Amino acid sequence: MPRENIMRFIRTRFFPHIFCPGCGHGIAVHAMLRAIDSLGYNPQDIMVTSGIGCSGRIPGYINANTLHTTHGRSLAFATGVKLAKPNLKIIAVMGDGDCAAIGGNHFIHAARRNIDITAIVLNNYIYGMTGGQVSPTTPHGAKATTAPYGFIEQQFDLCKLASAAGAVYVARTTVYHVAQVERYIRKAIQKKGFAFVEVVSPCPTQFGRRNKIGDAVKMMQWLKENSIPLSKAKRMSPEELENKIVIGEFADRDAPEYTELYGELRNRIRGEGA
Amino acid sequence: MGKVVFWQGNRAIAMGAIAAGIRFFAGYPITPSSEIAEILSAELPKVGGTFIQMEDEIGSMAAAIGASTAGLKSMTATSGPGFSLKQENLGFAIIAEIPVVVVDVQRGGPSTGTPTKPMQGDFMQARWGTHGGFPLIAISPSTVRECYDFTIEASNLAERFRSPVVILSDEVVGHMRERVELPNESEIKVINRKKPTVPPEKYLPYLADPEDDVPPMAAYGEGYCFHMTGLTHNEWGFPTNDPEKIEAMNLRLLRKFEKGKNLLTRYSTFEVEDAEILIVAFGCVARSAMRAVREARKEGYKVGLFRPIIVWPFPDEPLREIASSVKAVIVPEMNIGLMVREVERAVAGRCPVYSLTRLDSDILTPSQIVEKIKEVA
Ligand SMILES: Cc1ncc(C[n+]2csc(CCOP(=O)(O)OP(=O)(O)O)c2C)c(N)n1
Ligand code: SF4
Repeated sequence: MPRENIMRFIRTRFFPHIFCPGCGHGIAVHAMLRAIDSLGYNPQDIMVTSGIGCSGRIPGYINANTLHTTHGRSLAFATGVKLAKPNLKIIAVMGDGDCAAIGGNHFIHAARRNIDITAIVLNNYIYGMTGGQVSPTTPHGAKATTAPYGFIEQQFDLCKLASAAGAVYVARTTVYHVAQVERYIRKAIQKKGFAFVEVVSPCPTQFGRRNKIGDAVKMMQWLKENSIPLSKAKRMSPEELENKIVIGEFADRDAPEYTELYGELRNRIRGEGA
Repeated sequence: MGKVVFWQGNRAIAMGAIAAGIRFFAGYPITPSSEIAEILSAELPKVGGTFIQMEDEIGSMAAAIGASTAGLKSMTATSGPGFSLKQENLGFAIIAEIPVVVVDVQRGGPSTGTPTKPMQGDFMQARWGTHGGFPLIAISPSTVRECYDFTIEASNLAERFRSPVVILSDEVVGHMRERVELPNESEIKVINRKKPTVPPEKYLPYLADPEDDVPPMAAYGEGYCFHMTGLTHNEWGFPTNDPEKIEAMNLRLLRKFEKGKNLLTRYSTFEVEDAEILIVAFGCVARSAMRAVREARKEGYKVGLFRPIIVWPFPDEPLREIASSVKAVIVPEMNIGLMVREVERAVAGRCPVYSLTRLDSDILTPSQIVEKIKEVA
């Protein structure tokens, strides 16, 4: 059971939740709530938006301002909310398909715009909710319901993408490294601008079983054994890094933030008008 | 008398938005609607509002809805192809009951079609474009002054009904310039959404007022913590699979328009009292039709004009009543014959209904309509 402080962020009225036993999404959410709580926020200060997918159902269980939007559009809705209420701390939760396939355009442009949103992708390498079809992050060769012979496309590296598009904070970790999840999300929330945290989250139901990694416990072991810290990865060859999960902070820099820039523009125009 | 201006229809929509209290616009450029975005990018920051050019129309619609959930009156504008992209999120605004104004300055289609020329091909898309078949409101201006007034009205209806409202304009109305006498500020009536009166702990985001079936709407970021979703939901805003709750939500979505029918029946008539032939036209074609009525009358034909102003919900009853006393109805429109189906449905066999269409992207002229009148008479 989570601590009392955390429980105030949970809508137990909406339980039982829809997640499968062994799903990583719950661990990630708990870490996120601990991060929010440790920064001293109250439910009213926080807005959580999501798209569609198992990950999309997360805001429903969180006691805060919560908006469950359409598939891939979490960041686009969040952009409107942020511009309307700049004081809200906005967290946009996404699945990997949500973020990188259907929502890919909003993802790169929210990063480029550097709008103050904490974007969290729960990457389970698969489409969970619709039954295990491939995602842009499905590893090359892995099996999925729409890749019965193995996926022949290349895997998207979302952290490299976010970083290149202009996100000011970019980090990747896994739900096995749960303290790191909390720490990275905390840093992302504190960062002014577009901050992106990728949390590799096991989907035993659709990914683990089909790819012979095994049940929830085996998937945790798999996350542990295949994760390589960024510092170490820098010294490894591409062959050695194949099928490894590189974890760590990929970007941490400062750049002008969009809502602030717009506020300044508004002040300038109104000052001139007066 | 208010200020006199010489404005383009699209400018009148942008300025009407400011007058209505719209303070957020998200859009993506597309001919013939782009002036609305351009003008609002200059005007909104002056009044403390926000403009953003999004990466596409889907994002624009999403951002406009997002801003509305956080308490700002908001709008987006587009044309045919962009309107198609907005359809999924238009449905989101219907089910989550988010006020938002969507301007569609129609151009020729299908697809990229004739971007710089007028057509009225989105009449059905406005009503049936999103999946599910649930209603929304659409209003269609014919003059520049109406572009201004109807934008204010669209915003008011959106707030009143917690619904998306489409402004179904067209290239002719959007790009023509007219001398306009603006209303005085004191004449402008602005409606704001109903806010909850209960404290945050007691707030149920989808508990509707029995009187009008519209639930009070809290804004994100103002102390109320609540959930909204595009899934079918209960009063808490939480997804439900309970058939009773599903039906209750769906029926209420219909009922709120049914109960507000008086506010949603808006049309104008011209010379219908003794009319034997009735023209039914909207948007730019209504202008040609007005002239056609005058000219045909000079030649002794008893003709009148019925113009649906709120085109969705369609003004069935008043049209049926007038149609009961005429010999024929003619529906001129610049598309393959879309509104004529609605007219036939409303007229329900009271008299024959004739369709007149033009598809070469030029304006349906008064003389074409007069010709049809003579043919039918
Ligand atoms: C426009 C649209 N296309 C497709 C779908 C069907 N759909 C629902 S969830 C989903 C993918 C979910 O996968 P992901 O985003 O990775 O999230 P997960 O369920 O794995 O958490 C899809 C394709 C939809 N709801 N809307
Ligand atoms: S399908 Fe996968 S992602 Fe979805 S709840 Fe089950 S384990 Fe989690």
